[in-house]
Amino acid sequence: MSETPETGLATPSQTPRRLAVYRHARVTRLTHWINFLCVSMLLFSGLQIFNAHPALYWGQFGADSDPSIFELGADESRPGPPAGFARIGSSTFETTGIFGLSRNASGEFAQRGFPAWLTLPSWRDLAMGRRWHFFFAWLFVGNLLVYVVAGLANGHLRRDLAPSRRQLRPGALLQDIVDHLRLKFPRGEEARHYNPLQKLTYLGVIGLLLPAMILTGLAMSPGMDAILPWLVDMFGGRQSARTIHFIAASLIVLFVCVHVAMVLLAGPVNELRSMITGRLLISVEDKHE
Amino acid sequence: MSRIQLPRRRFLALSAAGLGGALLAGCDRLSETPAVQDVLFSAESLTYRVQRLLGGRDALAREFTVADLSPVFKVNGSSMPEGEEYAALLEGNFVDWRLRVEGLVANPLDLSLEDLRNLPQRTQITRHDCVEGWSAIGKWRGVPLAIVLQHASLLPTARFVVFHCADVYERALDGTGQYYESIDLVDAFHPQTILAHSLNDAPLSVGHGAPLRLRVERQLGYKHAKYVMRIELTDRLDRFGRGQGGFWPDRGYEWYAGI
Repeated sequence: MSETPETGLATPSQTPRRLAVYRHARVTRLTHWINFLCVSMLLFSGLQIFNAHPALYWGQFGADSDPSIFELGADESRPGPPAGFARIGSSTFETTGIFGLSRNASGEFAQRGFPAWLTLPSWRDLAMGRRWHFFFAWLFVGNLLVYVVAGLANGHLRRDLAPSRRQLRPGALLQDIVDHLRLKFPRGEEARHYNPLQKLTYLGVIGLLLPAMILTGLAMSPGMDAILPWLVDMFGGRQSARTIHFIAASLIVLFVCVHVAMVLLAGPVNELRSMITGRLLISVEDKHE
Repeated sequence: MSRIQLPRRRFLALSAAGLGGALLAGCDRLSETPAVQDVLFSAESLTYRVQRLLGGRDALAREFTVADLSPVFKVNGSSMPEGEEYAALLEGNFVDWRLRVEGLVANPLDLSLEDLRNLPQRTQITRHDCVEGWSAIGKWRGVPLAIVLQHASLLPTARFVVFHCADVYERALDGTGQYYESIDLVDAFHPQTILAHSLNDAPLSVGHGAPLRLRVERQLGYKHAKYVMRIELTDRLDRFGRGQGGFWPDRGYEWYAGI
């Protein structure tokens, strides 16, 4: 961002005029889309893997006869057709058609954690799900490393993502929350920079959620647990790590939903162009120039 | 992301949903394309090399205490091998059972359970991680594989240890289905790699692989072959089953199951 001076597109006599600012460096754009690909593949193959044992536990161990804290299943004990359910702790919700029990490719109901349209491959295939998952896990880690190293080297992390002291004042944060709730988007000079919530969210995803995914993923590997025993301990055991992996993935899905909603609200063409060509159009009043 | 109901943006949202659907349908096709499989499968050798590089030969799997044991150790895979031969061995409490050690060894061996129990023993409380996602902690006792291999005296060309099992998990049309597994010599000589004859202070139950199963603690559960009848030292794995080194590797799973 801001590596080259912005180019004015409109004539100086107009007020306000629209400026194209160089918003995203090439490495940011490239790693963004590779990350999008990797996270998508990891999510859908991850749901395939989850379906092999659609229950989550806390602690070192956990299997059928141990108490689970989350479960997707089908109840076949009651009379009539089986019902899909999702259970969180002691609360159970009927979810027939989506979770626990959903239609397969031939249209028949089958017991299945997540439905076919959310898993990779769509049919039940743990082996292929794992192949997709670990291939894209490597690509994801490599891509994240490139992003972080480049972001440190070119100043992107410090300049664009680290909130300024002024932005972190309670008043500024409160104002930003109110602006977000009113769907009031920054205009003019303000649009040149990320707002405080945006910065904190991106930093939270890049600095906490994505590393948490990698570390909990590694903690599930029996080979890595022999190499780095403290890693699995840090999460309270392998089954805890698996649960945290699932929760962090869910938070990433939540982030993506909000992120895409914000792009749609802020102007999808302009925002998408800025992440493809690097240039974002902003309106600037003449007095600021 | 396609669920956001914004009339003005409906077209974009629908496009995104369509794109997502097409992406997943495309990935289904790619999953069945051999060239794509080759690329995806290449991650396994990267994982193998990196874990070997970081862990060296002897990094130990965590050992737990009796207080950490799973109340119930789940039985998975085969729970009762078919066939008269196994039934007769079980009937005789495995007195007539012999573990054959052969292949690229100087001294082929035939070992009874008694012979194995008279060799130095190792007891370890470890976590068993199934590829499906669950884990169970159990107390295993048995003879380190390294000791058996030393008695057999490996020939220099030996590179892999193959475990031939009594159970047929799923008989396929091509005649394969006999369970087998294989490991490299790094894992074979790892101090925690044992031929276990007992679980939680009792002789192995049939469900857990009586009379003898492999424990290879830095890998997933399907590598821990149950009902081991014969151990074969070999220089190549493509002679067995469908050539991928194990029952589940023959069916698309990683041969190196350290992840």
